[in-house]
Amino acid sequence: MAKTLYDKLWDDHVVHQDEDGTTLLYIDRHLVHEVTSPQAFEGLRIANRKPWRTGSVLASPDHNVPTTDRSQGISDEISRIQVDTLDQNCADFGITEFKMDDIRQGIVHVIGPEEGATLPGMTVVCGDSHTSTHGAFGALAFGIGTSEVEHVLATQCLIQKKSKNMLIKVNGSIPYGITGKDIVLAIIGEIGTAGGTGYAIEFGGQAIQELSLEGRMSLCNMAIEAGARAGMVAVDEKTIDYVKGRPYAPQGDDWDKAVQYWQTLHTDAGAHFDTMVELDVADIQPQVTWGTSPEMVVTVTDRVPDPTKEADAVKREGMQRALEYMGLVANTPISEIAPDKVFIGSCTNSRIEDLRAAAAIAKGRKVADTIKLAMVVPGSGLVKKQAEEEGLDKIFIDAGFEWREPGCSMCLAMNADRLEPGERCASTSNRNFEGRQGQGGRTHLVSPAMAAAAAVNGRFVDIRNM
Amino acid sequence: MEKFNKITGIVVPLDRANVDTDAIIPKQFLKSIKRSGFGPNLFDEWRYLDHGEPGMDNSQRPVNPDFVLNKPVYQGGSILLARKNFGCGSSREHAPWALEDYGFRVIIAPSYADIFFNNSFKNGLLPIVLPEAVVDQLFNEVEAQQGYQLTIDLQQQSITKPDGSAIEFDVDAFRKHCLLNGLDDIGLTLQKTDQIRAYESKRKNEAPWLFDSGE
Repeated sequence: MAKTLYDKLWDDHVVHQDEDGTTLLYIDRHLVHEVTSPQAFEGLRIANRKPWRTGSVLASPDHNVPTTDRSQGISDEISRIQVDTLDQNCADFGITEFKMDDIRQGIVHVIGPEEGATLPGMTVVCGDSHTSTHGAFGALAFGIGTSEVEHVLATQCLIQKKSKNMLIKVNGSIPYGITGKDIVLAIIGEIGTAGGTGYAIEFGGQAIQELSLEGRMSLCNMAIEAGARAGMVAVDEKTIDYVKGRPYAPQGDDWDKAVQYWQTLHTDAGAHFDTMVELDVADIQPQVTWGTSPEMVVTVTDRVPDPTKEADAVKREGMQRALEYMGLVANTPISEIAPDKVFIGSCTNSRIEDLRAAAAIAKGRKVADTIKLAMVVPGSGLVKKQAEEEGLDKIFIDAGFEWREPGCSMCLAMNADRLEPGERCASTSNRNFEGRQGQGGRTHLVSPAMAAAAAVNGRFVDIRNM
Repeated sequence: MEKFNKITGIVVPLDRANVDTDAIIPKQFLKSIKRSGFGPNLFDEWRYLDHGEPGMDNSQRPVNPDFVLNKPVYQGGSILLARKNFGCGSSREHAPWALEDYGFRVIIAPSYADIFFNNSFKNGLLPIVLPEAVVDQLFNEVEAQQGYQLTIDLQQQSITKPDGSAIEFDVDAFRKHCLLNGLDDIGLTLQKTDQIRAYESKRKNEAPWLFDSGE
């Protein structure tokens, strides 16, 4: 029978299936960070249980770590306790951890692929909803809660029910200035933040094939923002090239055997999808969110929408509340919105390609006087090192950006990097929820080049005109 | 996990769609390494007028009198009535921990985000899905009648209204079984240890590279 990519990944990991479809699913890779794991380790201790397979687990602190000088450790006591707790748990249970002072430390969704710890055909989980990122490699990857973190640690399995299959096909050749971020924001604008609820989404079509693995990671990263726990892209030569030679990637005979298997990781002709959505990438323009949900998105050439034109009452109220929170007036051109801060980073957009795209705009320009802070936060120590080898740090610093240490940073403001009430931010992160980047903070989600352009112009501009 | 069978409680209406987990429990409270104590910070940014941080004495903070949890008629509520896509956003289990710690045992909404939905069951919190029109009707009734209560019977999968009429709801059989009996998933899975080992042997043959790293 013809199978989808998701069907294949699922079937290859079924340990046991009950008649009602409740399935025990085997997990190949478990990424762990400091925020959603302490209670899981505590649970293991209380029940006197040991991790099933420590070699499947890779940990790094990312949410709480400072992005400024780390030589004095973490000054915030509660953050420090959480990171120390991760260190202690990893030491106690024999789990590999890239600690804060390790060059390989970084955002778990950046370091997994970077190390080759994320491989095609794997099931990958983490106590973090943006685990969908790893689907870019033709893996089944999804976020889990802390009870499930404990469950995977103790049993190497999860109790799951299979999702439905959705194909989002993006046709055409990607025009200049459009990135994986713009594509995924446009998709969320189209299907809504609950459009993918109950589905595993496969992204396909020419535009997706044209994307680099970095672009595909940005895309799959935000599958959860469309409501889908998992997003994925079929394996192709780009995927295999990306993985080759990475520290955790297979070698020798194993490599050949693995490649043979990975080449089967695509949807068969004639396989059934429960839902299909088709877009033409030629219709996608640089995206900017205007509200407090990722589906509240328009193109940079647009205006802030007018709630009075919305027929649905619940939606209309949501729009009005969002405008009020965002301090925006309906029908204002997006190009007149002026951010106070700019954040380039997060598990969505902190990889080398993202930094190159932002640097290309920043080069030879200066951050506008009206911008209080423009910061670049690489996704990992190794991304930072590579960017420095390419001279990107100099470009950013010369332009007036701050060049920081790796971590989640202002994407969710669990460390010291945050917005003050009322501050407006051009951000390459993934969520524009109320308070996400700091209480009262106002977030506009954009691509890295669009964020850099907003920094040097002091307002949102169409990068295609720069 | 606490067993769930039948509860009767005050219904608290939260009339907003797409309530995200950042709103349910803001990130600064995720720094705790404990599982309990999140209730006082449930919906923190909507509930209080000042900025909340861990370690504050919440009883001394200025409350937002317009927020539904602060209205006297809804004190002691244990059933949250919500709109669609409730619990969207992050995977933080701190969200159901906060709801449960506050005293909620049931949520009623037209739809939920998948991860939140899943996390709720693991914490003795029952998320019930009802059609949008039925939820609309419940909002109207709660609004119209002070102290509006519902009785939720999980065994019977029924919701009884104050007038005695009942609404049926669906729930996954396995999850129902676990909730009714307060069962721990891990214990259940470990009963299948032989099957997990058998899967691993088979898989090691097919895909040895999956078992190489660090072991």
